[in-house]
Amino acid sequence: MHALYEKPKAFIDTATHFCPGCGHGIVLRLIAEIIDAWGIRGKTIGLAPVGCAVLAYNYLDIDMCEAAHGRPPAVATGIKRVHPDHIVFAYQGDGDLAAIGTAEIIHAANRGENITFIFVNNAVYGMTNGQMAPTTLLGQKTATTPAGRDMANCGHPIRVCELLAVLEGTSYLERVSLSSPENIRKTKKAIEKGFKTQIEKKGFSLIEILSPCPIYWRMDPNEAMRHIDEEMSRTFPLGVVKNWEQTN
Amino acid sequence: MKQLLTGNEAAAEAAIVAGCRYYYGYPITPQNELINYMSSRMPQVGGAFIQAESEIAAISMVHGSAAAGGRTMTSSSSPGISLKQEGISYLAGSELPCVIVNIQRGGPGLGDISASQADYFQAVKGGGHGDYHIIVLAPSSVQEMADLVYDAFDLADKYRNPVMILGDAQIGQLMEPVEFHKKFKKHLPQKTWSLTGAEGRKRNIIKSFYPVKGQLEEFNAHLQRKYKTIEEHEVRYEAVNIHKADVILVAYGTSARVCREVVKKSRRLEFRVGLIRPITLWPFPKEIIRKISEKVQCILTVEMSAGQMVEDVRLTTEGRCSVHFYGRTGGGVPTSSEVIKKIVEIVPNNRAANTLLHLAEVR
Repeated sequence: MHALYEKPKAFIDTATHFCPGCGHGIVLRLIAEIIDAWGIRGKTIGLAPVGCAVLAYNYLDIDMCEAAHGRPPAVATGIKRVHPDHIVFAYQGDGDLAAIGTAEIIHAANRGENITFIFVNNAVYGMTNGQMAPTTLLGQKTATTPAGRDMANCGHPIRVCELLAVLEGTSYLERVSLSSPENIRKTKKAIEKGFKTQIEKKGFSLIEILSPCPIYWRMDPNEAMRHIDEEMSRTFPLGVVKNWEQTN
Repeated sequence: MKQLLTGNEAAAEAAIVAGCRYYYGYPITPQNELINYMSSRMPQVGGAFIQAESEIAAISMVHGSAAAGGRTMTSSSSPGISLKQEGISYLAGSELPCVIVNIQRGGPGLGDISASQADYFQAVKGGGHGDYHIIVLAPSSVQEMADLVYDAFDLADKYRNPVMILGDAQIGQLMEPVEFHKKFKKHLPQKTWSLTGAEGRKRNIIKSFYPVKGQLEEFNAHLQRKYKTIEEHEVRYEAVNIHKADVILVAYGTSARVCREVVKKSRRLEFRVGLIRPITLWPFPKEIIRKISEKVQCILTVEMSAGQMVEDVRLTTEGRCSVHFYGRTGGGVPTSSEVIKKIVEIVPNNRAANTLLHLAEVR
């Protein structure tokens, strides 16, 4: 009998620690599907961040490395120097990549590191009880912005793709979301494009994924998905920001 | 063939000879000769050199290359080593082998760029967070710098543990003849635990995170057993003139060079001065110092700090003899005359000791 739908082999069959309605499980599954479909388990090395996805190595059946908070781009650089022909990807959240690890991501991008970054933006620090992230929307209430994020005190949410696009070293930057099956399919295509960029040695790729955090957005899962489409996507417009194939 | 090199350059070349092919650094005086040397030498041997955006990034790149199975090194000086402590704690917690060179300068804060030994506590007592140790080797000449850097890579791999070379501005920038007499390593054994892509095998994970209750305590017990093995097998020191000595000096690195001069000057006198020079600061040479403390009346520890290693000497001697201290800070280097005057001060009314005094006048 031909299975139409099954759990990817690279996705370990275990309960995850993610909250109900969280987007991380979807993203990790997409990565596992690509690893299976492309048969690249034996030459892929992943980086887990500090934050909600800290236990990513419990779910992906590939060689993986921990990194200190914000340091995955530097640790991935060190791995890539040893294995230049392997597929190295770093999985990072918004606090990890756009706050404590800002220097590391900018310089990895500027060096044009041939690495794929999977940047899960849920606009909040989930692991530590819902504090403000660098990508928290203006007016969004969090544990450390009880009255809502205001521009005067906290600055504007950082648009990572647009920030990195000005660097000559970046090759492929795209912002996608998990808000619908259609958008999830686009997310998978974007991750595939990131890996393809790396395999063809075209340089730095980053896929920013708008992902729901119903618990710390104080919403039910459906509302959280709508919030991505109706609010979050206005601050963080979806689409390709930079693509090496089009600039030729 | 002997070459005339600075300690910093000797450290870099020794790393190449030992098979290090991944170097990541950030400029800081007084270790600049090392990063400069690596930038031209690494490409010649097909290795990787990156001038990182920060000390934190450099040690994190070391983390990556170590996890991927490469021989890897970073170097810096005191303020930069403070920045690296995050990474060093993760490397120790992930049991990753690497070599970190600290060419110490004066502190605290930005301090100055001259020689100092004020990072002893940071190096041997942890530095970063958590219960961990790194092996700390202290060269006192350029040749020894080369030899210890070479050995450091083997020690790091043997125990899957970071190793620090604790030098100072003087050892780093001084030029002396040096010979790279050890085997040039090209092919190193594969590390089965490293990240190579899980082709045809179970996946490998490099991590220091143990969130399930009880696992971290178990892991820490494993680390402590490893550290005990290192303490039992890897102690190195040099003993000079310690037989029937009246007073024993304990000093490492540049301070030990000064103390060696004192020992040399006092050789013809009735009053005997000996020297114990720890080469491994961790593991600390406890056994020899304990033995000596049963035989001599006093020990004088000489450091370029306000008194750091002296605490380990006191812990080791456990009150069996008196332990004294002479130190200079902020770039000051003790002179042999100062050390002699201190010896005379700690053994008062001793006619033999007083014969040392005229030596103090001889420059």
